[in-house]
Amino acid sequence: MPSALINVPRTAKRGDIIEIKTLMSHIMETGYRHLASGEVVPRDIITSFSCRYNGTEIFRADLFQAIAANPFITFFTTATESGKFEFEWIGDKGFSETASASIIVE
Amino acid sequence: MRFAGIIALAALLTAGAVRATDIPPGERRSGYSFMTPDTQAMQDDDTANPGMLWVLDGEALWKRKVGTSDKACADCHGDARATMKGISARYPAFDKALGRPVDLEQRINLCRVNHQQASPLPYESSGLLALTALVARQSRGIAIETGAAPQLEPFVAKGRELFMQRQGQLNLGCTNCHDDNWDKRLAGSAITQAHPTGYPLYRLEWQSLGSLQRRLRACITGIRAQAYDYGAPELVELELYLMSRARGMAVEAPAVRP
Repeated sequence: MPSALINVPRTAKRGDIIEIKTLMSHIMETGYRHLASGEVVPRDIITSFSCRYNGTEIFRADLFQAIAANPFITFFTTATESGKFEFEWIGDKGFSETASASIIVE
Repeated sequence: MRFAGIIALAALLTAGAVRATDIPPGERRSGYSFMTPDTQAMQDDDTANPGMLWVLDGEALWKRKVGTSDKACADCHGDARATMKGISARYPAFDKALGRPVDLEQRINLCRVNHQQASPLPYESSGLLALTALVARQSRGIAIETGAAPQLEPFVAKGRELFMQRQGQLNLGCTNCHDDNWDKRLAGSAITQAHPTGYPLYRLEWQSLGSLQRRLRACITGIRAQAYDYGAPELVELELYLMSRARGMAVEAPAVRP
């Protein structure tokens, strides 16, 4: 049951620098661990995260094995117009999750 | 690292003498106060606290019908936000039918088996952690009142006995660290006073939510003793003693710890 927590300010003044916080549930299994029986635990990580603001990509990150479980990604952007932030996480084993949040810019 | 830990423990063992005195109520401190400001901020912000991911899952599970009786938790208990308020601040609690204390995880599983006629969820499974987190979240800020029932007295006493008892290859009791040396550090980490105010909690070391029993088992393994199995009466008695020892302190669940 993947779930995401998104924190985007509900309103902002035009030109404000706003902080966006995202938290996605994921085990981020490195692929380096072995079971007691010797088998390798296959890699299962999120490989890519992106954020679009009214359709335009404003942030993208590639994720690797060294990133802890439940990746918490925060970044800043400038509030230019009212609209929607769309977030997307893509990973191993066909992992693909989306979330969105809206903002009113005055 | 581990070797240094053993040396530090050995130093504690000799330097700490045999004090084993209780912490005065005015000096009690939650594990929260031992953390860095960064980790505290993580716990305080519900959109940064990874424990809230389990609470979200718990909300979905709460409404899902399971078992042969085809009932969801919500069918009997309604909105968890209203009906579960203050519940976890009273656990472990005395169960009349069993004649012994049960912790929150066991209560949820008793409900599943008896009322939903579903199979119990294994300890530390994501489902059980999620439901426990959801219930415990509703008590955040409420003062712990576990251990008030008179039937619990002998079990609290047993839990205290276990807390005081030296065991394992390192021959340490919980009290040797958590009563006598909580103001010191062990291999760089704060020792803390062992008040279980935030369980189930997200440990950065675990990269997951975990129960108080998981924490207790890890501590017991740390003193090189044989850990009790999940659900063992000894662990519940220890939980009961620790919670009654923290009576009056505020619930923080789901907390974050390093």
